[in-house]
Amino acid sequence: MSGDLRDGRIVIVGASLAGLRAAETLREKGFAGSLTLVGEDPRPPYDRPPLSKQVLLGRVPAEDTGLPLRRPVDAQWKLGVRATGLDPIEKRVLLANGEQLPFDRLLITTGTRARPWPNPAEAALDGVFTLRTSEDAGRIAERLDAGPRRVLVIGAGFTGSEIASACRERGLDVTVAERGPAPLVGALGGSFGALAAKLQRAHGVDLRCGVTVTALTGNGRLTGAELSDGSRIEADIAVVALGAIRNTEWLAESGLAAGPRGLACDAGCRAFNMYGIVTDDVFVAGDVARFPHPLFEYQLLSLEHWGNAVEQAEVAAHNMVSPGPLRRPHLAVPAFWSSQFGLNIKSVGVPTFSDQVVLAQGSPKEARLVAVYGYRGRVTAAVSVNQAKSLEYYQRLIETAAPFPPEPVGTDRPEPMTPVPSDVPDPAVLSHGPTVALTGHLPDRRLTLVRR
Amino acid sequence: MAADTLFHRITDYANRADPYPLYAELRESGVTRQQDGSYLVGAYHEIAALLHDPRISSDRRNRTAADAAATCEEDLPVSFIAMDDPEHNRLRRLAMRPFGPPHTPGRIDAMHGEIARIADELIAGLRGKDRIDVVDDFAYPLPVTVICRLLGVPREDEPRFHAWTQEIIASFDPTPGEDLAERQRSGLESRRTMGRYLGELAEKRRGHPSDDMLSAFVNDEGPDGRLTQPEIMATSVLLLIAGHETTVNLITNGVLTLLRHPEELERLRRRPELMPRAVEELLRYEPPVQMLPQRSPLADIEVLGTTVPKGAPLILVLASGNRDPLRFRDPDRFDPTREDNRHLGFGSGVHSCFGAPLARLEVQLALTTLIRHLDNPRLVEDPPPYRRSPVLRGPRHLPIERDTTGT
Repeated sequence: MSGDLRDGRIVIVGASLAGLRAAETLREKGFAGSLTLVGEDPRPPYDRPPLSKQVLLGRVPAEDTGLPLRRPVDAQWKLGVRATGLDPIEKRVLLANGEQLPFDRLLITTGTRARPWPNPAEAALDGVFTLRTSEDAGRIAERLDAGPRRVLVIGAGFTGSEIASACRERGLDVTVAERGPAPLVGALGGSFGALAAKLQRAHGVDLRCGVTVTALTGNGRLTGAELSDGSRIEADIAVVALGAIRNTEWLAESGLAAGPRGLACDAGCRAFNMYGIVTDDVFVAGDVARFPHPLFEYQLLSLEHWGNAVEQAEVAAHNMVSPGPLRRPHLAVPAFWSSQFGLNIKSVGVPTFSDQVVLAQGSPKEARLVAVYGYRGRVTAAVSVNQAKSLEYYQRLIETAAPFPPEPVGTDRPEPMTPVPSDVPDPAVLSHGPTVALTGHLPDRRLTLVRR
Repeated sequence: MAADTLFHRITDYANRADPYPLYAELRESGVTRQQDGSYLVGAYHEIAALLHDPRISSDRRNRTAADAAATCEEDLPVSFIAMDDPEHNRLRRLAMRPFGPPHTPGRIDAMHGEIARIADELIAGLRGKDRIDVVDDFAYPLPVTVICRLLGVPREDEPRFHAWTQEIIASFDPTPGEDLAERQRSGLESRRTMGRYLGELAEKRRGHPSDDMLSAFVNDEGPDGRLTQPEIMATSVLLLIAGHETTVNLITNGVLTLLRHPEELERLRRRPELMPRAVEELLRYEPPVQMLPQRSPLADIEVLGTTVPKGAPLILVLASGNRDPLRFRDPDRFDPTREDNRHLGFGSGVHSCFGAPLARLEVQLALTTLIRHLDNPRLVEDPPPYRRSPVLRGPRHLPIERDTTGT
């Protein structure tokens, strides 16, 4: 059995972080068969976190973000070509160039793409960008070098906030338009968002919350935007940061449980088909996967996290070459980080899976704190600002479902500790891009069928 | 519960050359109260958790039985290694400003050439000698010279601060015994003298900036302000001592370990690009800081089923965690190519080693340079004579012989 698993044909669709790490792990685990990686992006796998940070600041050229190979993967690379379909009966991946790739086992790591500006004519204006690929980042950095009079950032999620931060660090004027009540609300809730709003304004961001951009204006070239509150701004550049769309369209006819919220799988990264039956030869990992997590009531989680892409890819690869009893579950506690406005923000657990939040350590005035999130009396997440080394303790509380609010501990905490509502938006009305999406039922509601 | 004698045996000088069987015993026995009232933890996962636990204090004033080492005075506060947040955080941040990221990200990298040159000069001074004391001839002078340049301390003052350093280190040696109080008193006295000395050096630079950290402490002002004069004294005593004492031991332990594994020494000589990972393995296998002796819980806590009471001395034996078979495969094997090597050699958590990037660079360069110039090196004495401290553990001397044809 395990001898067979070490051989045969494995195809990985999606050649970014998760795809690369899976390929390396397959070889590390002794897979000796043929390995093919398909990627739509023509560039070999690169790292995305620097794209909205060092690249926009001009410190690192966009093309210098390539991911290091941890070991030789001895694979066939098909880059710059998109997968268009999957034939589960014949076990073939169909490519845009007409080619068909037969496989014995398939790993899907197609990730996400930037949500485009909904009006194609406006999106086509020179100066309107989205940020997902290294090419995007290189083009935006080039424009920032040219010294625009004002940059408009649409959406104040993590990507939008990091873009705004880079602009301010370059000394550029920037307006951020956010439909929600504050930045980062989708990922961290309203209480944290209020803090983020203060921070952005203190750094000179022209932050407009509770508004939408109703039109991007210009004649061939972007000149400005109209906002829903009737105001207009002038801008030479607009970066649309309205979250991500999961790349599942190519699976529409595959019979797999794929949709706008990702491709569902079991704890071992095996994809489900549309009847909820687990497949045995199709695996999924990274941003495109939605998987059940026992710490969060087995809700299906979709995580747009660097660390999850790595960990899930390693589990998927291990399971692809291991017989049933030796397979492992993907149980890692979700974690992500961001750097913006001189702050290091780090999160463990799922902040959106919460009803309350409490300041447990540090002091917001010194921009140094740990906020702990709870749901129905147990700890479910913690977010640190410039206090990342403190997070492991809280991760342990999450892993052990410790009571919320947590016991007041240590010498560096507010007195008294008073929990407040975490003010997390209802996932059913998510406007854009939380980096964690709960794609099952709401924590406090019954499951309802959502038709699109 | 019967008090355990393990701590007594670990600190017993007779066991200095090889404490590792005792650490294995410690991991077997869980967490137990020792004769002197302290609690020892030797299991990797528990140590790692405690290093991140905000209920654990580094401030000895939180101990039920406060001792002379906890003394804090207006004119010479304790250094941030012995403080808790938020004060620890503020002081460490201020001290980091002229040393590392985010404010001075390039400092350590920029020292590469200078450290390599210092190592080469020391080697050149050994020309023709077929018998070397690795400690006195190389492992000690190298980091001392580096930290003097970095801080801005005259190298020729080394005999003075060497004496103070030895007293201070002895005062932090937790070996139970009659002379403990006396050691702590003279350690405090030496801290005071050394603090005054460094404070004066810093003061001379006020208004006359130079490219060293003492100058930055008095002349540069960041958003958090700057260190006060007493804080400069306490901080620079810490940086000067920690900046060389530990590195000496890491280099010496490294040479000793490589001489005990000649095939690995040969491999590293042929492939110096393997050295960074080899240094990580040395930090696991023979860490220069064997234990953290000054923690204590702020509340009763449970560790491995034992309640450690609030204010009790809690000793985290990093070197034991580094050999924990529940964390490291084949932990007693020295494997310079080991993967997944998240050792505790630099501690972890908010107090994780301030100077780690400098130490890594120094030791990588020191060992690479040294083994390149050692022809057929042989240990003269195995085990070599050790220094007294069970905390900062390393040989006092490491005499070796080599062939001198060609060098």
